Amino acid sequence: MKGFAVQIEGLHKSYKNVVALQNITVDIKPGELFGFIGPDGAGKTTLFRILASLILPDKGKVELMGYNVVQHYKEIRQRIGYMPGRFSLYQDLTVEENLRFFAGVHGTTIEQNYALIKDIYSQIEPFKNRPAGKLSGGMKQKLALSCALIHKPEILLLDEPTTGVDAVSRQEFWHMLQNLKKSGITILVSTPYMDEASLCDRVALIQKGEIMKVAEPEVIINDFDHSLFGIRTNKMFPLLHDLNEFKLTTTAYRFGDTIHFVSSKDANPKKELISWLELKGHQNIVIQPVAPTIEDCFILQMNQQN
Amino acid sequence: MMKQSVSEPVIKVRNLVKKFGDFVANDHLSFDVQKGEIFGFLGANGAGKTTAIKILCGLQKPTSGEIQVAGYDVYTQAELIKKNIGYMSQRFSMYEDLSVRENFQFYGGIYGLSGSEIKERTKEMLEDLQMTHISNKILREIPLGWKQKLAFSVAMVHHPKIVFLDEPTGGVDPITRRQFWEMIYTAADKGVTVFVTTHYMDEAEYCGRVSIMVDGRIEALDSPEALKKNYNSTTMNDVFIKLARSSGNTN
Amino acid sequence: MKGFILKEFLHIFRDLRTMLILFGMPVAQVLLFGYAITNEINNAQIAILDHSKDPVTQEITYKLLSSGYFQLNDQLSDASEIEQAFKKGKIKQVVVFEPNFAQKMTKDPPAVIQLITDASDPNTANLLSNYTQAITGDYLRQTSGSKRNLPVINIETTMQYNPELRGVFMFVPGTITILLMLISAMMTSISIAREKELGTMEVLLVSPLKPLHIIVGKVIPYVILSFINALIILILAATVFGMPFQGSLVLLLLQSALFIVMALSMGIFISTVSNNQQTAMLLSMFVLMLPTILLSGFIFPIENMPLPLQILSNIMPSKWFIIIIKSIMLKGLGIAYIWKETLILIGMTLFFIGMSVKKFKIRLD
Repeated sequence: MKGFAVQIEGLHKSYKNVVALQNITVDIKPGELFGFIGPDGAGKTTLFRILASLILPDKGKVELMGYNVVQHYKEIRQRIGYMPGRFSLYQDLTVEENLRFFAGVHGTTIEQNYALIKDIYSQIEPFKNRPAGKLSGGMKQKLALSCALIHKPEILLLDEPTTGVDAVSRQEFWHMLQNLKKSGITILVSTPYMDEASLCDRVALIQKGEIMKVAEPEVIINDFDHSLFGIRTNKMFPLLHDLNEFKLTTTAYRFGDTIHFVSSKDANPKKELISWLELKGHQNIVIQPVAPTIEDCFILQMNQQN
Repeated sequence: MMKQSVSEPVIKVRNLVKKFGDFVANDHLSFDVQKGEIFGFLGANGAGKTTAIKILCGLQKPTSGEIQVAGYDVYTQAELIKKNIGYMSQRFSMYEDLSVRENFQFYGGIYGLSGSEIKERTKEMLEDLQMTHISNKILREIPLGWKQKLAFSVAMVHHPKIVFLDEPTGGVDPITRRQFWEMIYTAADKGVTVFVTTHYMDEAEYCGRVSIMVDGRIEALDSPEALKKNYNSTTMNDVFIKLARSSGNTN
Repeated sequence: MKGFILKEFLHIFRDLRTMLILFGMPVAQVLLFGYAITNEINNAQIAILDHSKDPVTQEITYKLLSSGYFQLNDQLSDASEIEQAFKKGKIKQVVVFEPNFAQKMTKDPPAVIQLITDASDPNTANLLSNYTQAITGDYLRQTSGSKRNLPVINIETTMQYNPELRGVFMFVPGTITILLMLISAMMTSISIAREKELGTMEVLLVSPLKPLHIIVGKVIPYVILSFINALIILILAATVFGMPFQGSLVLLLLQSALFIVMALSMGIFISTVSNNQQTAMLLSMFVLMLPTILLSGFIFPIENMPLPLQILSNIMPSKWFIIIIKSIMLKGLGIAYIWKETLILIGMTLFFIGMSVKKFKIRLD
C-alpha cells in the first residue's frame, strides 16, 4: 500500500529464548523525521536491521515504500541508505576513497549526487586525503552519513548515529538531519539520548523490546498527567532518600541540579512537602513546578509498566 | 555541598603536558581533586580526556609536569597508583563469559585480596545491589544497566581511594542511570574520590566540580552552579556547547 | 566492480602486516628450506662401484663429482663392500654401474645404474637420488642429439634403511602448495571476516551489490598477488635450490593459477561460516593448513597411512596439486599424464565456488 514510507504491523523477533522485539506496530509517513528513543538493549538495533532487510522478522508485516522486507529485499536495498550503529567505514581508506567506493557500490559517482551531500561533505572535504580511522568522532559521523546518502536513498536508516559523540557534535548532527529533511527524504533515527526526542517530528519510546508510546514529542509531554516539581534544599544528598519516604511521592529522581518529584496527587502538595522536609532538617527549600521533558515521560512510562 | 578541604588533595596535577610528536594532547593542565569529591571531567571527542585519564591511572608517562595520584608520583610509582585506584569504562568492564561471582573473584585476585576477603566483599556488594540471586549467572545474560552497576562494584572491590569512571552510563536507561549515580554518591560519601566522564550533560550537574577540556586545555573548572552563572546559561549543556564551540580547531 | 577491486588492493597495500605475510613469508620460507637443504647436499659423500669402467661410466662419474653436490669418498670393487661402506657412516649414496655399461647402452638398452641411498634422512636421500637422475639425464641429452623413444639408461633406486621413502616428496612442491593455500585461503577468509567484524559488511549487504560481485571483487586482487607469489617461489626454488626443472613452465603456471582459485574459493567458503577474524584464522589453520601438511603426502607418505586416512587424503586438494607439480617439475610430464588430477582440481574449484555463492548470506546470521 502506498501512503506510508514505513509500515510495521505486529512485528515479533526473538533470539533463542530472548525476546528482542514484540508486538511492534508503527507507521511512518513519507518525509517524516522519526525517532526510536530507548536505552541499549531495548531492541533498536534489531529493529533497524529488520528494516534494512538484514535479518528476518519472526512474525508480523514490515514494509518500506510498499516493499516487503522478506520478499522484496532487493528493491528495498536499492532505495535505502543505512548507517549501522558501529563505525562502518574502512578505517584504512581515506575520506574520499570511502565515499567513492560506496558511490561505486551503488552504481553512481560522487559528482552525480554531490548536491545532496554538499552541506555535510564540504565540512570534511578539507580532510579528504586523511584515512577515515584518523578522523575525530564528529567527522567520522559526517563521513558515514555522506556515504549513506551518496546514492540518493528515499529512506535513511540511522542506527544510533550519536552514541558516544559529544554534545556539540550531536547538536551539529541533528542540524544536518533537519536540513536533509527539507529534501523530502524520510529519516528514521534511533538514540538512547532522551533529549534528542524533541528534535524529531514523531518518536516511539521503546523499552525491553516494546513500544511504550508513539506520538509527537509535544503530545507525549502534554500527556504527562502528573504534577512535576523541581526541588532543591541545602542538603541534596539525603534529600532523595527523604523524598522517597514522603507519603505523597509517586517517584523522585535526580534531574540536573534538582530533584524531580512526581506527586501522586493532582492537587498541589507543596505545603505538606515543605513541612515534611523541614521535619527532616532541610533548609533553604525551593519547590518549583517544572515542565516535564521526554526523559520525565520515559521514566514515568517505565514506572507504570513495572 | 561545600566541602572544607584541609587535607592534601588526592589528585594533584601541575602543568601536565603530553605531546605525541608535534601534537599537543594535553596542554599545561593544572587541577586538584579532593578526597570524597565527585569530579566531572568533560570535553568534546578528541579534546584530550582519554590521554589525561591514562596518565592519571599510571598507564602512560606524561611529557612533563608534576602529577601525584593518591599521594604517589606518576613517573616513579605507577604500580602503587594502580593498587590504589579503581577503573571502569563503558567498553571494558567485565568478562562476558564468566559468572558474576567469578568476575569478582578474578578482579579481587588481581588486587591481591585473599579468598575469604573476596568472598566477604562479594557477598556484601551483591547484597547492596540486591543482586545476590544472580551471582551465578553468566554476565552475558544480564541486562546492560545491571552490568554497569556490577562493573562499578567490581572496580570498588579492593577499596580504592580513587575510582575512574569513563562514560559509565552510556546507553543505560534513565532509571538505571540514576541508580548508578546513587552508587556514586554513596561511594563519595564514604570518602572515595570519583573521577567521571560523561556525554550526558545532566549528569554533569551531579558532580561537585566539573572541568571542561577544549583542544587539550582546561577551559573551565568550577562547580556546576558557578559555571552556569559565569557563562550565563541555564543548563550545563549550554555551558558545554558555548565552550566547545569556541574551539578554534574543529578537528 | 572496478571500485571494489581497487579498494581491496588499497587495503592490502596499506597494511604492513598483510604485505609482510603476503610477500615476506614465502621468501623467508623458501630461503630457509633452500639453505637448510642445499647446505646438506653440498659435497655429499658418495661411493662408486663401477663394474664396467668404460668411457661412459667414467664420464657420468666425472659429471656427478664435478657437479658440486657429490664428493667421492670411496671407490668400491665389490658389492659386498657396500654394506661396510654405509656402516662407516660417512657415505650417503653408492652409485653402481652394471658390467659392460656402454655396450649395453647402445646394443641392448637400457643400461642400469643402481643407486643405493642412505634413507635414514629421507629428504636428503630423495634429493640425492633426484640430483643423480637429473645429472645423468643431462649427460644423455648432451650426448645424444637425436631423440630416442626408449630410455637408454635406467636408474634403479634402492633406499637403504628406510625403504618406504618413495612416497616422500621433495620440499619445494609441498612448500609451494602450503604457501599458496595459506596466502590465498587464509587471506581472503580473514579479509571477508574483517568486514563482518567492522560492520562494513552490513552496509555492503544492504547495497544492491550481488553476492557474486562481492566474492569476485574480494578474490581478484588475491588471485593476482598469489600468482606473483607463486612465481617468486618458483624463481627462488630454481635459483637457490637449484631445483631440477623438467616440464613445461606454462603448464605449471596454469596449474598454479587453478590451485590458487581453488584455495581462494575455499577461503571464501570458510569466511561464510565465520563471523570474525579469529574464527576465520582458526578455521583456516585447522581445516586447511593442518590437513594440507599432514594428509597431502607432503610429510607423511600416503601409501603408509592407514586405509581410512588414505581414502580421506583423496579429498585434500593439495594432494592432487602436489602430484601435479611433482609430475611437471621433477618428471617433466605433460598434461596427458596429469589430466585426471587436473580435472579433480577443477571439479573441487567449481564445487567450492558454488558452495560459497550459495552459502554467502544475503542477510545477517
